[in-house]
Amino acid sequence: MLVAGYVAFGALAAANDIPFSVAVASTAILWALPAQIVFVEMQAGAAPLLAIVVAVMLSSARFLPMTLVLMPEMRDPRHRSWKYYIAAQLLSLSGWTMAVARFPDIPREQRLAWFYGFTLVLMTVSAASTAAGYIGADRLPPLARLALVFMVPMYYLLILTGSVRDRIAALGLACGAVAGPLAYVLVPDWSVPLGGLAGGTAAYLLLKGR
Amino acid sequence: MEAWPLLVICGLATYLWRGPGVLIAAGINPKGEAFTWISCVAYAIIAGVVARMLVLPTGALAETTALERALGSALALAVYFRLTDRNLFAGVMAGAAALWLIRVAA
Repeated sequence: MLVAGYVAFGALAAANDIPFSVAVASTAILWALPAQIVFVEMQAGAAPLLAIVVAVMLSSARFLPMTLVLMPEMRDPRHRSWKYYIAAQLLSLSGWTMAVARFPDIPREQRLAWFYGFTLVLMTVSAASTAAGYIGADRLPPLARLALVFMVPMYYLLILTGSVRDRIAALGLACGAVAGPLAYVLVPDWSVPLGGLAGGTAAYLLLKGR
Repeated sequence: MEAWPLLVICGLATYLWRGPGVLIAAGINPKGEAFTWISCVAYAIIAGVVARMLVLPTGALAETTALERALGSALALAVYFRLTDRNLFAGVMAGAAALWLIRVAA
């Protein structure tokens, strides 16, 4: 499932003429598919620097509550604190979901090592998938490349509509899906952060209003 | 701006969410109002980008028609929700294959 997303992202990066090294490195440096897609789309659209940074940052805001939940579960006096700062970079949605599910069965002192192992495998597979998608898009005929790039919106269309059991996700994505294109028509350069803030705030207010 | 420095800046920006989570051990409720709001914003951003790719595509997808993208999306959703038990890989592949076949046939 992660593989499909990163293959598609690699193809998107290639189609938008992002350098190969930047595309693959973004999988380790940003390590969040939404942030990476925002980065590539806005970089290709020549959005202002500040707009890109704000949009990428806002799109990965969920890492703070995720680390807040996970870190106490991994805390053990035997480990040095800098190891947790690296663990924070290794965190992704898939790694977090798996860790939350598996930690009850893993002794506390072994959790950090397990987390390093699991997330590094995830990251390596994802970086390899990014590279494969990029090279594939570069070498395949234009029509096949188009199909690979089309996997990006399909991937999120299905993930986002599939996760509607979560009300925050459902409202956020519905409002965002309306606000995103609308903002793009009104303020193309800043459409991603502004559309996200507008759509997200609308979703929040709807959530509270119920 | 060059892609590399921009990537590094963006990486530092995302670490601003990751790093403080290690430092702040207690006292913050991850289910609090501020987090609910910022989660809504995060979902809205990726949903907005994806919706824009489908409705007003730029780059590679700009050469496809709205009907082609709609048919691809419909097939992906049908495979994901109806034909399989929410198999993400099958759904994504079906959508991409549909777009490909429509383009080949056209």
